Amino acid sequence: MTRWLGWLAALGLLAGLAMGFGYAPKDAVQGNVQRIMYLHVPSILTAYVAFALVLAGSLGFLFTRRLAWDRLAHAAGEIGVVFTALTLVSGSIWGKPTWGTWWTWDARLTSTAILFVVYVGYLLLRSMAEERDRGARYAAVVGIMGAVNIPIVHFSVLWWRTLHQPPTILSPERAPMAPAMLRALLVNVVALLLVFLYLLSKRLTVRRLEDELRA
Amino acid sequence: MSHRGKFLLGGAVILGALGYLVYAGVSQSVVYFVTPSELQAQPVPGKAYRLGGLVAPGSLKWEARSLDLSFVLSDGKTSVPVRHKGTPPDLFAEGRGAVVEGTWSGEGYFKASLIMAKHSEEYKAPHGNEAQAGYKELLNTLKGPGTR
Repeated sequence: MTRWLGWLAALGLLAGLAMGFGYAPKDAVQGNVQRIMYLHVPSILTAYVAFALVLAGSLGFLFTRRLAWDRLAHAAGEIGVVFTALTLVSGSIWGKPTWGTWWTWDARLTSTAILFVVYVGYLLLRSMAEERDRGARYAAVVGIMGAVNIPIVHFSVLWWRTLHQPPTILSPERAPMAPAMLRALLVNVVALLLVFLYLLSKRLTVRRLEDELRA
Repeated sequence: MSHRGKFLLGGAVILGALGYLVYAGVSQSVVYFVTPSELQAQPVPGKAYRLGGLVAPGSLKWEARSLDLSFVLSDGKTSVPVRHKGTPPDLFAEGRGAVVEGTWSGEGYFKASLIMAKHSEEYKAPHGNEAQAGYKELLNTLKGPGTR
């Protein structure tokens, strides 16, 4: 199953590259730089999914006390941090040529940076826990509280004045985007979600074996 | 150090970092920029501001030799003249949004030290003709400005 996910993800990434560079036109205003969107947007959407799974895993663990839930939260948290970092880096690279700055403390960028730090803290907390069960309990609390930030990140551009533009695809009223770009974006979203699932299933196996060894 | 001590230390570090980020973030980010109307209501000379608005059509002047840039930022009601020395970002243009960092000079203009261009959430193809876009266009761009 994991192997199939891996191949599917690789296929998805190839299709995503071809769509992003070959099929989608360049943007009328921004030119080719806009193609960074095909990495930037899928990355943060994947991170949202990952942190939602951290929330689900944390709640599941606190209610059932079964370690499988905790492993889900932990693995999803690790991968979510990677995708948040990818979002921050790609966004920074996109920001320099378009906005004229690598970074600015507007609400969207700040809340995304906080999202990153919170889940790095979550992983740090986990790595310091020496008792498996208690560590999982503490982590679950952080995993639940951290999720509060997800809607803040997403809606920051609507709630406050920002440099970052409002959302295009997950927006209350649909902003215009060329259909070819939208299709390329959706393919890349699916591709990165497949990469996420592949990494998740790999990581879950390793974590299960670790728990079995410890038991 | 005991487990408990480590946990408390780790927790304190996380909470401290969070607290700082939230404090620094919220105090700065929530009013990320002021509008020309807000600035003109009570401008304080020498105070650092971020000013955001639309670059008024017909107001943009750029001296390529001396890098003197001047334009007017407007929110539809009030407008503020802005001066800057340097090269603006590519997307900076008349009729588009911009956010500038700097200070109110006290002499009737805003002295900007950083110019940032806002871009919209709209994405569309250059010619409205998507069929021939993609690869061909990308390759053409890579060949340099002459062949575009």
